[in-house]
Amino acid sequence: MSADHGYGYYVKIWAGLMVLFAISVIGPSLEIMWLTLITAFGVAVVKALMVAAYFLHLNIEKRYIWLLLIGAILFLGAFYAGLAPDIQNTSGTNWVHCNGYNDANKARILAEAKIADEHHPGIIDHLTHGAGASHLLLPGSPDCTPQRF
Amino acid sequence: MSFQAPIATGRSVTGIPTGRLAMWMLLASEFMIFGGLVVCYLLYRMHNAYWGMEAAHTNVYAGATNTFVLLTSSLFIVMAHHAADVKKDTKTAVKYMMLTVGCGLIFLCVKAYEYTTEITHGYVIQSNPFWSFYYTATGIHAGHVIAGMTAIYICSLDVAKGKQLQRVEFCGIYWHFVDLVWIFLFPLMYIAK
Repeated sequence: MSADHGYGYYVKIWAGLMVLFAISVIGPSLEIMWLTLITAFGVAVVKALMVAAYFLHLNIEKRYIWLLLIGAILFLGAFYAGLAPDIQNTSGTNWVHCNGYNDANKARILAEAKIADEHHPGIIDHLTHGAGASHLLLPGSPDCTPQRF
Repeated sequence: MSFQAPIATGRSVTGIPTGRLAMWMLLASEFMIFGGLVVCYLLYRMHNAYWGMEAAHTNVYAGATNTFVLLTSSLFIVMAHHAADVKKDTKTAVKYMMLTVGCGLIFLCVKAYEYTTEITHGYVIQSNPFWSFYYTATGIHAGHVIAGMTAIYICSLDVAKGKQLQRVEFCGIYWHFVDLVWIFLFPLMYIAK
């Protein structure tokens, strides 16, 4: 599918994309957070829409293709919604930030063991390599499987 | 024995040529691959502020060069499509297809330079999750660039003989998608620090 525009039409679209591209590089170099978000990501969305509309001809494409793409976007939204609680919610009644919690627990035990090691040599070796390694693990809970270091 | 084109190439219930519909189906599945990667990247990026410091080690000039190259290649392939579909000018179509392949080669050369620099500076795929995402996303994308270049070159052989002109559009659809993916990878991997 290609409308009878002539080559100049596409060159104009490309020129517009180049202007947006320049904005997306220059804007973030000013290192202002909100400006970076707008010029980098906002402009990226506009560029993508321009490529999709005028180069991919989605502006004149049939409805089936739109439905196909909207379906894919909805699946991606479901994917995000399914993952986000696991990754982003690291505190609260039912959530334990396993990595951070285990790291803190391990650091605390090893710090105590370092002091004890002066009087009982070999305790750190026992904890890190021997049968005592399980002491560095957190007790299990339904929401957080202890991790072995 | 006679050879006939499959019936699916000669009719279409949807009103969309079967080849083009198949390309869009392919893109919908590709969308899930890259979309999944980008969604995971965003989820982890928001929780790991240090990724911004890692992103500072990517080469913005190289990324910007590749953005320019891919946007320009998109212009070339849409002009090839226009030449084949509207003008029926196969010679011009092949010329623009070859220019697109050339842009793909430049993209890969810049990417190879980037990878070499980053790896020699110790930023490898195992360094930390940012670099794992970086190499996975840009690596899969580079694989798609190679696939697109190969498809465009093979199709250009037939187009040069005046055959299968509709395939220029299919190549274009795929190539624009590759461009679209890079439009989002560029700010994510190079700009956001």
